[in-house]
Amino acid sequence: MLLSIEDLLKSYPGPEGPVPVLRGVTLSLDAGETLALTGESGSGKSTLLHLVAGLDAADGGRVGLDGQEVTALDDSGRARLRRSTVGIIFQQFNLIPSLDVAANIAFQARLIGTPEPQELSRLAHALGLEPQLRKYPEQLSGGQQQRVAIARALAARPKLILADEPTGNLDEATADGVMEQFLALVAETGAALLMVTHSPRLAARLGRRAHLSQGRLA
Amino acid sequence: MTGAVLEALASHWRRNRLQLLTLVLGLALATALWSGVQAINAEARASYDAAAATLAEGRFHQLMPREGDSMPQALFVALRRAGWLVSPVVEGRLRVGGTAVRLVGVDPLTAPPSSAASEALARTDLNRFLRAETLVAGPEMAALLEANMPNPVLVDQAVAPGSVLADIGVVQKLLGRAGRISRLIVLPEQPLRQQPLADIAPDLVLQRADGATDVGRLTDSFHLNLTAFGFLSFAVGIFIVHGAIGLAFEQRRGVIRTLRALGVPLRRLVVLMIAELVVLATLAGALGIALGYLIAALLLPDVAATIRGLYGADVAGTLQIRPAWWLSGIAMALGGALLAAASALWRLARMPVVAGAGGRAWALGSGRTRTLQAAAAVVLLAAAGVLAVTGGGLAAGFALLACLLLGAALALPPCLAAILRLGEAQAVRAMAQWFWADTRQQLPGLGLALMALLLAMAANVGVSTMVSSFRLTFVGFLDQRLSAELYVDADAVADRAALERFLEAHADAVLPIMSVEATLAGLPAEIFGVRVGYTYRENWRFLDAIPAVWDEIEAGRAVVINEQLSRRAALHVGHTLALGPGLSLPVAGVVGDYGNPIGQAIVGEALFRQTFPAIEPSRYGVRTGNPQGLRRALTEAFDVPPARIIDQAAIKAFSLSVFERTFSVTDALNVLTLAVAAFAILMSLLTLAAMRLPQMAPVWAMGTTQRRLAGLEILRTVLLAAITAVLALPLGLALAWVLLAIVNVEAFGWRLPMYLFPVEYIRLMLFALAAALLAALWPAWRLSRMEPTGLLRIFANER
Ligand SMILES: Nc1ncnc2c1ncn2[C@@H]1O[C@H](COP(=O)(O)OP(=O)(O)OP(=O)(O)O)[C@@H](O)[C@H]1O
Ligand SMILES: [Mg+2]
Repeated sequence: MLLSIEDLLKSYPGPEGPVPVLRGVTLSLDAGETLALTGESGSGKSTLLHLVAGLDAADGGRVGLDGQEVTALDDSGRARLRRSTVGIIFQQFNLIPSLDVAANIAFQARLIGTPEPQELSRLAHALGLEPQLRKYPEQLSGGQQQRVAIARALAARPKLILADEPTGNLDEATADGVMEQFLALVAETGAALLMVTHSPRLAARLGRRAHLSQGRLA
Repeated sequence: MTGAVLEALASHWRRNRLQLLTLVLGLALATALWSGVQAINAEARASYDAAAATLAEGRFHQLMPREGDSMPQALFVALRRAGWLVSPVVEGRLRVGGTAVRLVGVDPLTAPPSSAASEALARTDLNRFLRAETLVAGPEMAALLEANMPNPVLVDQAVAPGSVLADIGVVQKLLGRAGRISRLIVLPEQPLRQQPLADIAPDLVLQRADGATDVGRLTDSFHLNLTAFGFLSFAVGIFIVHGAIGLAFEQRRGVIRTLRALGVPLRRLVVLMIAELVVLATLAGALGIALGYLIAALLLPDVAATIRGLYGADVAGTLQIRPAWWLSGIAMALGGALLAAASALWRLARMPVVAGAGGRAWALGSGRTRTLQAAAAVVLLAAAGVLAVTGGGLAAGFALLACLLLGAALALPPCLAAILRLGEAQAVRAMAQWFWADTRQQLPGLGLALMALLLAMAANVGVSTMVSSFRLTFVGFLDQRLSAELYVDADAVADRAALERFLEAHADAVLPIMSVEATLAGLPAEIFGVRVGYTYRENWRFLDAIPAVWDEIEAGRAVVINEQLSRRAALHVGHTLALGPGLSLPVAGVVGDYGNPIGQAIVGEALFRQTFPAIEPSRYGVRTGNPQGLRRALTEAFDVPPARIIDQAAIKAFSLSVFERTFSVTDALNVLTLAVAAFAILMSLLTLAAMRLPQMAPVWAMGTTQRRLAGLEILRTVLLAAITAVLALPLGLALAWVLLAIVNVEAFGWRLPMYLFPVEYIRLMLFALAAALLAALWPAWRLSRMEPTGLLRIFANER
């Protein structure tokens, strides 16, 4: 099993004491599996993703990822897990504005070693980014930026991809195009995918579906 | 991984060259400010020491023959061997073209630095001086020598009229006194172990220096104050560096988040960012030192020349880039940068990886920080108040300064916010309302730059007040204490009665100066006897006195005391002072005394002679309309060595000219600090420009031209600078007051009177406004010329 989440708890401080967001989430995902996470706005989907990636600390429960206990790792351990095992795609692209497209795509792969140039150009080609390689993020459209973020995540060959509404900022036609390429590439690399989405249409294209509500999965 | 992260960090600077430039230049300027002020301070110190040395010509102890007027040169060698640091002088008269000329031969290699002789020597070529038998003289004498002597002649203003300076060997030859010397100057610094004089040279007597006109104390005070301002400029620098680094870090917040989300460990990131900072700071520090050197060299050519003239090649090196300079400059850049970065790094480390709402919140902007800052400001200012009222001691004085400055700086943003809120409440039109509110929103980003401006302005107001007060006091003090044209050493003439008769006959007035050491009110002090006359009545300014003070003194019915005695013994006008057994007199006046560490009491001549019949006058002050003529007459009549007749007018004029030069140097200090503060504003504005677009784009979209927006940006900056400058005025005055009235009293026992110079303050304020205006121009110009797409992108990327 690649990912196993057990009884995960998380609350945020509110004006009148802690506000629980996750009240015992349990979930598991095998290698190569794809899962769509849905739920109302504010239900805690992003929070769950952040805990899985070790970007934030849980209040209780455990997250096991690739044989490691995420919730028990220190900062550098979690950082290591993020750069070698996980690829994250945010709704807000989160590219490095001062690096050009080629450098952005290669970036995470370079954090863990030396990326193969053929692999990088294959990804750029598959995502239609070849004409943009020398441009900077601010010179790209939203859909192009998100394709760069996808290429960056895939180039590092992660076992698990976490995607938080990757096409939420894009119009429907663009979103469909990007999603098409994205899912094809995920299938090709054999990575597992945990994707947050509002769209039932997109959710239907993934292997499994889970709905977050009242802090629990249904 | 390190390579990729470094590349990502460095790529930020590559893409934002302007920001890199502002950061490096900001750091460099702060360093330049620090090293420039240090240089200026050092130069000022040197100038003052020179002035003080000239005033205190008679300050060296001397060894004189017990009998006769010369001693064998072998004694000099014997004394040097026995560890005495002495320098030989041979003096004698020679008739040149019918005029009696006093020849003074010195040894340029052992002559004490900062004596008149070595001043003149330093300006001459030592080799020529030694080999070519050169004579050095004032212009008048030089003409005479050139007409009558084969020797090469050099003109130098510092040589007393009627005298000729030359190497000791040359003078011995001219006077036919080979192997004989007249006296030995005892250098101020002597080794701890030396054989007693009686063992080596029993035929010599030690003549003690006369410290009556030592203005060293006054200049010490000036040094102390300048040093305080050196630290103040350091503080301005730290604020600027803090601002620059804070902004640079703030801008990279998003990138840092992304890097961490992609799996870069926090510790590695912090280490790499510190390394990046060290490289930048070292670079900027080196640049800053070069810049500071350049500034000092450009601003001080005059002073540098003077110093070289006064001290010779050795001290001219103050303006060389010395290791100490480098090190302190680099340490300032590195220390300042790391200090400034510490808080930014700490914030970055504590920042959650996932961006919550308000990711843009400024460090200074968040409500909690703001409240904390305001609270700290209140506490610090309250502490300053308490220290001002109750504190004692020098440390408390400096603590008071620190509390006052830091408290004021921290209080600035809340004060500005309150004033802007007032403006907002008054605003009627929508645009005006937006302007006030938006200005207030700018405060967190501009806060540090404005604090730097506040401190720079306050420092300038303080420095102008202090320096100008000092100048007025100093000139007044010189006029008062050195009012006689000539001072004649009484010991120089064997027949004292004849000297007195001669002086009475030739001078407008003769002022015998008599003093005796005493213990007054339990403190070591001196009692002076003075012959009351127009000199005292016209020149002396009292801190406090009864109207007929001099009449009372003349009649022997009262005493005048100096400020030191008044403060230490809590004696004021009307109190009674016991001068000795059976002699108590009321205090009729308290006089400022800036050249003297101990207490003084001044009584009339008659009373003094009656009370201390054994004490003879040590010197005579001589009032005359023709000092040169009288001097020559005295020399002719009594064979008084020129060194024993002090031409105070010439010395006063020389000292004042040196002081004037230093005062002009402090002007440079003002320009420098304000320029740096202006640069801090420019830097902040440029860095803020991109972040401000989201606030301006909607106003633009709703129908305001870019030109109008740019104009408002300029107005905004000038407005903020104006309010800051107005607030800086009372702070600067408080600063000057603390230095003059508290720190100085604690350090030296007297209070430097504080004068106000409104015109100067207005000038400074206009200068600050001009600086702010200049700083605002470029960012505004960029805004007005911006392509609409730049503004449109704000809407496209809005999320
Ligand atoms: N840093 C934070 N501090 C306090 N509360 C937070 C924080 N981050 C999230 N929350 C709260 O936690 C809840 C869950 O937020 P989360 O971002 O996980 O929701 P979401 O399901 O991703 O919503 P959306 O579909 O709108 O993205 C929300 O109510 C939110 O207000
Ligand atoms: Mg979300």
